Amino acid sequence: MAGSNDLKLLGMWASPFVLRVKLALSLKGLSYEYVEEDLRTKSELLLKSNPVHKKVPVLIHNGKPVCESSVILQYIDEAFAGTGPSLLPVDPYERAMARFWAAYIDDKMMAAWNQASKAKTEEEKAEAMKQSFATVETLEGALRDCGKGKPFFGGEDVGYVDVVLGGLLGWIRANDELQGVKPFDPERTPLLAAWAERFWSLEAVEPQMPDVSKLVEFGKMLQARQAAAGEGN
Amino acid sequence: MNHQEEGEKVPKLFGFWASPHVLKVIWALRIKGVQYDYIEEDLPNKSDQLLEYNPVHKKVPVLVYQGKPTAESQVILEFIDEAWKHRGDPILPEDPHQRAMARFWARFQHDKLSPPIWKWFTTQGKEQEDAYEASIEQLLVLEKELDGKRFFGGDKIGFVDLSLGQVSYVIPIFEEITGVKMITEQKFPSMSAWMGNFLTSPSVKDHPPPLDKLQARYQAIREAFLKGEI
Repeated sequence: MAGSNDLKLLGMWASPFVLRVKLALSLKGLSYEYVEEDLRTKSELLLKSNPVHKKVPVLIHNGKPVCESSVILQYIDEAFAGTGPSLLPVDPYERAMARFWAAYIDDKMMAAWNQASKAKTEEEKAEAMKQSFATVETLEGALRDCGKGKPFFGGEDVGYVDVVLGGLLGWIRANDELQGVKPFDPERTPLLAAWAERFWSLEAVEPQMPDVSKLVEFGKMLQARQAAAGEGN
Repeated sequence: MNHQEEGEKVPKLFGFWASPHVLKVIWALRIKGVQYDYIEEDLPNKSDQLLEYNPVHKKVPVLVYQGKPTAESQVILEFIDEAWKHRGDPILPEDPHQRAMARFWARFQHDKLSPPIWKWFTTQGKEQEDAYEASIEQLLVLEKELDGKRFFGGDKIGFVDLSLGQVSYVIPIFEEITGVKMITEQKFPSMSAWMGNFLTSPSVKDHPPPLDKLQARYQAIREAFLKGEI
């Protein structure tokens, strides 16, 4: 039937948020057209589809846009409920737990790491790093307690939280070289470190993952740009 | 009567009287017609129960149902909608795209609207002026989205209205305290009407926000910020 599966994803290769959507689409076995955006000269389609934020990812389904990665993931799960595995569980309480941890990853964990990357003094950096590792340890606790020895946050199979966290893995690996820090250190957070390897090597995941050396290059360029902007003050 | 069983059916809400996030959850429970037990927390002295139920954030609101705790107000709202799916009115729409839009606007409130408004309220001088302008910019986006509708959710209040609810009673308090008007009828005809519609909607009007106490509290908060105490 024409148009019933008309999916277009506006994205950018280095974006972890776009990667989340690619992973979800891949896990569900959904085909789509991918459009790489040059974020310095955004397309008419992007500006029209996401006038509020003008950001990627945007998923356009039958001409209707959906924005914000966590919103898109839930949309994919609901609009394509009959296709492939479900990302969210059925039970309302388990769904709430999944949403809770997804929100934690974005609002607390990512925020802490972003803060750390902006730290200027050694002291600021040390404090920010301490906070950042604390958030990872909390997440390790979640995998241990909620996961109960299962391979994924979603249980036996990949779920919403796995995809939300999985999208960040490229940058998490790149950080090793960029900041000399392993966010998912096997010594500090063994469960997360094992989860990361396991997730990355999934058949539906691996081909979607970015080239970490290219992310490192991109990251270095961003760092240089940031430093130059700082000197201007 | 088996009190244990009875307790399992009635959710417990841990809250704080001044928290808009707690009020949001109360209104959601009312939309669903769900009875609940309320526990007022003394935030400087959090109860052991609260810390046990929300060890990650140690915050209110927390909704405990059938012995299981749910935290984070937006997560709780969706939980309420799903756990009591067949009671009262729906909080989120049925259609996946409309649900996506509702979640989008809820995030907008959290990511784009709240920060500049809070900055406006807790600063002065140029910083405050800039925050004011930024807040207006974001409110205009909402004004455009609302576009004369009674509620963001349509005929009845829904997820987006609840997420934005605090705009209807906190901003007028901020305006009173700072002496600066933000949501004028002239610039925001739809939002102005929405504020009144929200506060007089069935689930909200019988459990109104405690305006006088809130004003006194926010006044003290602003003073503390300006003195550099916070």
